[in-house]
Amino acid sequence: MNDMRLTERNVTSSEIKISARQVDVFYGDTHAIKKVDVAIPDKTVTAFIGPSGCGKSTFLRCLNRMNDTIDGCRVTGDILLDGEDIYDKRVDPVQLRAKVGMVFQKPNPFPKSIYDNVAYGPRIHGLARGKQELDEIVEKSLRRAAIWDEVKDRLQAPGTGLSGGQQQRLCIARAVATSPEVLLMDEPCSALDPIATAQVEELIDELRERFSVVIVTHSMQQAARVSQKTAFFHLGELVEFGDTGQIFTTPKDPRTESYITGRIG
Amino acid sequence: MTDLSAVPGTAGGAKKSSILEADARTRRRNAAEARFKVYGMLAVATGVLALILLLISILSNGLSSFRQTFVTFDVPLSAETLDPNGNRNPDEMSKVSTFGYSPLILNGLKEALSARGISVDEVPDADLANIISRAAAADLRDFVLANPQVVGETLSFEFLANGRIDGFFKGRVTYESAERDSNVTPDQLRVAEAMVAADLMETRFNWGFITGPDASGQRPESAGLGVAILGSFYMMLVVLVLTLPIGVAASIYLEEFAPKNRFTDLIEVNISNLAAVPSIVFGILGLAVFINFAGLPQSAPIVGGLVLTLMTLPTIIIATRASLKSVPPSIRQAALGVGASKMQSVFHHVLPLAAPGILTGTIIGLAQALGETAPLLLIGMVAFVREYPEGLPQGLFDPASALPVQVYQWTQRSDPAFVERASGAIIVLLVFLVLMNAVAVLLRRRFERRW
Repeated sequence: MNDMRLTERNVTSSEIKISARQVDVFYGDTHAIKKVDVAIPDKTVTAFIGPSGCGKSTFLRCLNRMNDTIDGCRVTGDILLDGEDIYDKRVDPVQLRAKVGMVFQKPNPFPKSIYDNVAYGPRIHGLARGKQELDEIVEKSLRRAAIWDEVKDRLQAPGTGLSGGQQQRLCIARAVATSPEVLLMDEPCSALDPIATAQVEELIDELRERFSVVIVTHSMQQAARVSQKTAFFHLGELVEFGDTGQIFTTPKDPRTESYITGRIG
Repeated sequence: MTDLSAVPGTAGGAKKSSILEADARTRRRNAAEARFKVYGMLAVATGVLALILLLISILSNGLSSFRQTFVTFDVPLSAETLDPNGNRNPDEMSKVSTFGYSPLILNGLKEALSARGISVDEVPDADLANIISRAAAADLRDFVLANPQVVGETLSFEFLANGRIDGFFKGRVTYESAERDSNVTPDQLRVAEAMVAADLMETRFNWGFITGPDASGQRPESAGLGVAILGSFYMMLVVLVLTLPIGVAASIYLEEFAPKNRFTDLIEVNISNLAAVPSIVFGILGLAVFINFAGLPQSAPIVGGLVLTLMTLPTIIIATRASLKSVPPSIRQAALGVGASKMQSVFHHVLPLAAPGILTGTIIGLAQALGETAPLLLIGMVAFVREYPEGLPQGLFDPASALPVQVYQWTQRSDPAFVERASGAIIVLLVFLVLMNAVAVLLRRRFERRW
């Protein structure tokens, strides 16, 4: 735990972006998430940590209704995005996912060119009025994902030809291209080497200026490095939620303490 | 990290053994592996041998059907016989039957023979006329009726030689067999040999076999595959146009949209079962539904195509679903993650990736349908059809034959010349199948994106 740098970081916004109340998730008969209450602030990196199978990814996927695509998955309780229930009958998950973007564990660029990968979202949502505008969005997104300099000369090259870290940053560019308000990241660095991980982490910290970022991670060091808020999940329950510094230095719950000191996990 | 520091080889107190010497257990395992390799090679060799035997037998029997013996000589188109009224009116001229034309051909042949110094005095006229195909008089009549102005002239014509004479040059008929054969005499063979020497008769490539219509059992030399190829082609069009959209739509729905419940499970099982239903059952179904109930014409490519569609659909659905399944779910998630709708994710990302597999499945299904015989027998495509079907789309409702059915029909006929033609038809069928498979491979290569 020596490399854990609890840097000075301020929660710049006290505004709540997503608030979950009494959320339960069931996979068939399995009770995967139990009565989770959490308030995710805007323009902040919130990390979900916890041992494997604790439900942190499941909960993350509730936030943009990706769980809808899984058969037999049932979500109860309220999840509010800017005060609006995302599980309301009137909500179209497609529209929601344009607002709440997602980056997955394994880099999954489309087997298309780098340009098309980033342009896909804006295209289907009609965000660009012409070729030029689309070019601008693509460039801006690639710049935000800190990959522009590496790919600007080969935008028509296949996205799958990039290295793992570049692919993941491309996926982040793709996610930010639709100008989401929230960016969900499901273990975005678990398939990357340490250098690529460092780049992506740096990027996450920059993304905080514009988006509310929620990141699921296995690595406590990573949570400590990039997040301002940390939620610790265990066996489907939200054990503790608070400022990252507080969670890692003075955890209130004994289970949190056991986990961060390596006794459970 | 402590595992790495463990020194290998010293663990446990087991007796020290040398790795230079295989122990009994290793030897047994290696022997089993070697045996298995031999079995595998034997299995492959058996398959290859069977294929080689099949090809040799078909090629040796059938290649000769692409060559045919032709006789070329001048025929005097006597006006008194062909146009007794002298007004060149095709309607009146059509009253002259093929019996009127036969003597003209015989006379022309006799003249040509005597001009070349071939003595035919001891050969009866009937035998002499029989050197030429029985189809010759009809062909000549068709030509004259189509061009009435040629009456009175003497034109050079090319006729097919009789099937037995043709067989003589292909080694099927010999002087010895001619002695015992009531259809051919050794004298005819002698004349034929002399005609070849005098350049009246030659054996060469025969387009008529590929383009011509079928012929009756009496004239194997003029039987061709034209109607069958056209019929098969029409059927394949019907199958392609129907199975591709229906099969792909059904697969996409089942694979991507349908809820997983008992009902869809049932559908899935039944599609698999349907693929295993004997094809003749589909023939009965087609007879009952398309001909008896819907009142579509018999022997028509549309009915054959519909029946083959029913038969091919399960194959295509299974292949399409397999290729949809093989698209990694991460692609779907990526699309959904940026806010694509389900349909956009399927049509923009999944389908293009699955396309090579779908195309291959479709072409394999078509190839299977092309070779299918049994259901066609039941819907009347086994009929003797000499008329070409019309162009599309009316041609779909005209009687036609199909390649595999033509093979079946020809093997039923008594004249040994049809054995050769049946094998020739099989070669044509195989060529089409190989071509279709080659197209499948090419499309796969073309569309497969390895990035």
